[in-house]
Amino acid sequence: MNQAEQRVRVLVSGERPSPQKAEPRIAIRDLDFFYGPLQALKGINLDLPERQVTGMIGPSGCGKSTLLRCLNRMYDLYPGQRATGQVMMDAQNIIGPHIDVNALRGRVGMVFQKPTPFPMTVYNNIAFGVRLHERLSKSEMDERVHWSLTRAALWEEVKDRLHAPALGLSGGQQQRLCIARTIAVRPDVILLDEPTSALDPLSTLKIEELIDELKSEFTIAIVTHNMQQAARCADRVAFFYLGELVEVGESSQIFTAPKQRRTQEYITGRFG
Amino acid sequence: MSGTPEHVVRSYGQELRRLRDMIIEMGGIVENQIAMAAEAIMSRDSETAVRAVEGDPGVDALEREIEQFAIRLLALRQPVGEDLRLIVAAFKISSDLERIGDYAVNAAKRSIVLDQFTLPFSLAGLAQMARLVQQNVKRVIDAIGENDAEAAMEAWRSDQAIDDIYTTIFRELITYMMEDARNITSCTHLLFIAKNLERIGDHATNIAERLYYAVKGEPLLEARPKSDTSPYAVVRPKE
Repeated sequence: MNQAEQRVRVLVSGERPSPQKAEPRIAIRDLDFFYGPLQALKGINLDLPERQVTGMIGPSGCGKSTLLRCLNRMYDLYPGQRATGQVMMDAQNIIGPHIDVNALRGRVGMVFQKPTPFPMTVYNNIAFGVRLHERLSKSEMDERVHWSLTRAALWEEVKDRLHAPALGLSGGQQQRLCIARTIAVRPDVILLDEPTSALDPLSTLKIEELIDELKSEFTIAIVTHNMQQAARCADRVAFFYLGELVEVGESSQIFTAPKQRRTQEYITGRFG
Repeated sequence: MSGTPEHVVRSYGQELRRLRDMIIEMGGIVENQIAMAAEAIMSRDSETAVRAVEGDPGVDALEREIEQFAIRLLALRQPVGEDLRLIVAAFKISSDLERIGDYAVNAAKRSIVLDQFTLPFSLAGLAQMARLVQQNVKRVIDAIGENDAEAAMEAWRSDQAIDDIYTTIFRELITYMMEDARNITSCTHLLFIAKNLERIGDHATNIAERLYYAVKGEPLLEARPKSDTSPYAVVRPKE
């Protein structure tokens, strides 16, 4: 065999580089969660990689929203609900005792299914949360409001009505205002619980575009019933069923070749 | 598909079954074209050759139909998982089958020209090759019907034998041409026919790979049986 033949034959076989693994911003270990006697999460182990979007999917009651509520201790507001295990963030177990829950919620912000603007002006919707955590001068606060509205892709639409009531905005604008309000306190992590289920398709796409923008700065977890949305937005997707994490993987893998039969059945609509 | 629950949306499940049936139908037609081409060559029968050629427009039409149906499924159902893999496989398999049909037609056309020559040698090797190729195409089509990745893999492996025969025929035909320059026209046609059959074998392995991925969700990574060594075959004339 001559050299050219040899090279042609070598070309047929090729090694592919393996993708790099991102560091987790939040590491969930052996997490159990109880609503009174009812166990809603069973031994969850999941990493939220830094500056990535992790999508959580699964049928109603599978525990995905419950998991989100563990990440900023939203459940603390309700008696009888408790979590055991570890949710590690900056070498701290955030579901452990001696955690300043208010400070935690400044680091882990949340946006809900229905837009929940406060009944005050657009400007104050954002300034309100910032004042809880920081003392800023008027010009600094103006700057922060401008920054967060710009990051939430809302500035152009509301810059002339900053002092008008937020409830006068459209649903999609209200939801982006809620996202602006969340990022205004400069959190590390943003939790989105069905953020577009009450919005029309165009507003939904705007929020999805926004999520794509925001992941360069924030670690994001999104719970959604819309699988196409998870496929579009998330880098990784976790499938939950009956309180268990069935499978987690790159979105492209989950939606083209899931490893678990239950994931396959759920995403293809063969759920019995 | 055994053991897989039905789709919640029943019409979607029916559409996926229809897509699979269309592929099998197309596979059946091209398999028959190969058989007719082989028959035409061995029995020196132009009538059969013409029938193989006549199948071509039908195959092309089916390819277009499968493509359009697959595009429609992608647009309207937004398939994921195994459904997505099946639809993408159907896309690619239909073009592999279309190529297979073209090769069979080309072989059939050449057989008509070959009828004008007396061949001073046996076509047994070519007959054997045609049988193996047709068998392999049948196996992959059957595997599609059964959604059987293992059967696809079997067919994929047996392409080796086809490549081996092809290399042998290649050398044999060169020898005939060197022996007697009057053999060059017929042997060149035979060489193209053998090449057509060899390419059909390769497309059958493509189909096997696509089915394997559609069923298993992972590519067939085992070393591919690329044993057609004819690109390196040389018969040196005596000095």
